[in-house]
Amino acid sequence: MEEKIRFTLNGKKTEITTEPNQTLLWVLRNQLGLTGTKYGCGTGFCGACTVLINKEPSRSCTLPVSDVAGKDVVTIEGLARGGKLHPVQQAFVDHDALQCGYCTPGMILTAAGMLMKNPSPTRQQIIDGLEDNLCRCGAHTRIIDAVETAARQMKGGK
Amino acid sequence: MKKSDTTEKINSGNEDNSGMKRRSFVKLLGGGIFVFIQPWNVLDILASAPPQQRTLPKDYNAFLQIAEDGTVKCFTGKIEMGQGPITSLPQMMADELNVPLEKIKIIMGDTDLCPWDAGTWGSQTTQTFGPAMRAAAAEARGVLTELAAERFKVPASQLEVRNGFVEDTKNPKNRVSYGQLAKGKRIERFLETKPSVEDYTEFTYVGKSYKHSDATVKVTGQAKYTGDIRLPGMVFARILRPPSHGAKLSTVDVSGAEAVKGTQVVRDGDLIAVLNENRDRVDEALAKIKAEYTFNELKVNDSNLFDRMVGADSRMNVVRTNGDLEEGSKISERIFESEFHDPYVAHAPIETHTALAQYEGDKLTVWAATQSPFGLQDGLVRQLGLPLEKVRVITPFVGGGFGGKSMYTQGIEAARIAKLAGKPVMLEWTREEEFFYDIFHPAGVIRIKSGIDKEGLIKLWDYSLYYGGTRGSDTIYDVPHARTVNYSQLKDSVAIHPFGTGAWRAPNNNSNTFARESQIDIMASEAGIDPLEFRLKNLKDEKMIACWKAVAEKAGYTAAKTPSGKGIGLACGTDAGTWVAMIVEVKVDKNTGKVKVERVVCAQDMGLCVNPQGALIQMEGCIQMGLGYTLSEEIQFEGGNIKNRNFDTYEIPRFSWTPKMDCVILDRKNMPPKGGGEPAIITVGAAVANAIYDATGARLYRMPMTPARVLEAMKKA
Repeated sequence: MEEKIRFTLNGKKTEITTEPNQTLLWVLRNQLGLTGTKYGCGTGFCGACTVLINKEPSRSCTLPVSDVAGKDVVTIEGLARGGKLHPVQQAFVDHDALQCGYCTPGMILTAAGMLMKNPSPTRQQIIDGLEDNLCRCGAHTRIIDAVETAARQMKGGK
Repeated sequence: MKKSDTTEKINSGNEDNSGMKRRSFVKLLGGGIFVFIQPWNVLDILASAPPQQRTLPKDYNAFLQIAEDGTVKCFTGKIEMGQGPITSLPQMMADELNVPLEKIKIIMGDTDLCPWDAGTWGSQTTQTFGPAMRAAAAEARGVLTELAAERFKVPASQLEVRNGFVEDTKNPKNRVSYGQLAKGKRIERFLETKPSVEDYTEFTYVGKSYKHSDATVKVTGQAKYTGDIRLPGMVFARILRPPSHGAKLSTVDVSGAEAVKGTQVVRDGDLIAVLNENRDRVDEALAKIKAEYTFNELKVNDSNLFDRMVGADSRMNVVRTNGDLEEGSKISERIFESEFHDPYVAHAPIETHTALAQYEGDKLTVWAATQSPFGLQDGLVRQLGLPLEKVRVITPFVGGGFGGKSMYTQGIEAARIAKLAGKPVMLEWTREEEFFYDIFHPAGVIRIKSGIDKEGLIKLWDYSLYYGGTRGSDTIYDVPHARTVNYSQLKDSVAIHPFGTGAWRAPNNNSNTFARESQIDIMASEAGIDPLEFRLKNLKDEKMIACWKAVAEKAGYTAAKTPSGKGIGLACGTDAGTWVAMIVEVKVDKNTGKVKVERVVCAQDMGLCVNPQGALIQMEGCIQMGLGYTLSEEIQFEGGNIKNRNFDTYEIPRFSWTPKMDCVILDRKNMPPKGGGEPAIITVGAAVANAIYDATGARLYRMPMTPARVLEAMKKA
């Protein structure tokens, strides 16, 4: 049975009519046109599908869309504000912290979520926080550097 | 490029295919100055044989266009999968054409627009495609100078090109932009000779570091990969797959699937696919198909595989030989015999094989995540019986390839399904399909019998390869009596590999370097000579010696006999024309057998380095990815059944594995550019194996060096 599901998506109130057991990843990509959220493994192992739900990095490939009813969802398309890149996005560009770029949205949202909870992570905490996001090209060392830089800039900027 | 090497064919009366493609191309792109090439003339195609045979197109293809607004468009059949040509190729073109880098727009991997290309692999883009592209740019520069000479009525020799303008050296008022010169013109030039590789010094853009030009679209989610393209009426598809390689469908009932709302089931022989515009319902419907299979599988698994390879009746081929092995044995003081094993390894790009196929009338367009757009085009022509000019392949951003996306089955499948369904079809392989249908790095066995004299000089090197591959099997060291023999599949005999194998980043060089450099270390240790000194004693290759000096200095290497307990390991090799030397430092947990690579220092001679930042990133990526085949990656299988089909059971390197990395690129501005996407991965396995030995005295002969295997080796040590 289809239902109306209301949630906030990238700062905008959103209402969709869908079956509640539909996968959040496919709803975002195919119904809402937000293709920045990627399919990687379908089982939550790789992190390419990560979005923020109430500021918490979450794997959209294993979540029914009904789970986000009444919640605040941020995808990679909603991270930049007013045409200005989020500090984590900017740091990824500055550090060249990507190659093929396919895991990048999930990486950035995981890092952004981590910094909301812990604005001053140690290098080891950054590594632990990103541990379950997979990158096959091997951009790891630059991603760690980028998140360190972003953390510094976010503290300095506020 | 001399003027005599080109022809001008403004109104060719020739009505063949080639002319048609060129004319439709020019029509598509409007006016300006075009430089065309015949790819088989310019590119060294035989050096990079495509996996499938192709009749080469009798066509000129454009390399570049200078448009009326001064934009320079560069067309290449190469694709961007993270390795960086989207940045480095425009750098090369900007220099040759004397135009600001930001004026250059690169169009990649579109078979309607781009010159034919065998595929993006083998670290060939910069070294093979680069010179051809530079020649096209040089030709365009000549045309611009001629046009300006006519306009100003001065000799061309008096003119200079600078920053997108042609200027008169004697009269500063005579200055005209490329765009103004191209305006209202349609000039086509044809290169007919192979460009020479020359003067790589004095560049503005080449040799300087540039960040990935595609970074911003990739951090904002705007970058379009194949799976992100949407067409009106498009449906998602999944294909019914057998449970194992070699299983044959005996009975099938699709009625359950057809009952799922909005589902269409199509069938063509063994191909059965379910379609739905709702992606979740595709999964739901596929699960409702009842299918039974018959099994007729090889009695082979990951444990008995290596014995089977060595015992098989094989085709034997002497790859190279010098001196006399008997004489080598005689003059050796000590002889060493070892056998090394390497398993099947998956490519596992995070983007799975994906394709979108659309028919418009009799014209087929396929968007695909592929390293070989023209290969896929050929495949579609062959398998769907379509004429070449009716098939277009477009390659959006590719989410990692590593050799695995040289195989393009998904593009053929999507096209077949689209034809059956009569609507555009998106086929995105699941992670399980990606592991199951990967063309794995081939497993193999390497046996080495080698000998040294009293001074520690290698006198004998007898090297036998079973079912891997020969890339990187060169001896490197200066050995008077040596032979390399390759044992491979005998035609018409039982298949040794139970599933598809193919090129995995620096194909087979990882296995060969693991075996060779382990054997070198074994001999150095037994001779009581420091492993670096031992290598230098036996090397005459000056590039390799220079790499060793650079890496030893960077690492602060101090000589020691092994095992020293320090956990230092060395390895060197060559790949894609590039020389690599590596020193690693590991810690081994003696209770668990777990290996942590703490530091990797790597030096590489790659000739002229076009984009040092990009090359450095490739080296880092090679090292990080190399840790996977070294420590954890192995396909487990029983018959045709692949057991590890997702990232929980197939472990790839994670953040906590990341070592401290120091990479050095030797300054070689006067040498032609060589490959950079693969070389630094080849030495990781051997260097880590040698470091484990240095730390523990335990020698590992099989990759990956899992904790269990390290513990087992320590018991034997």
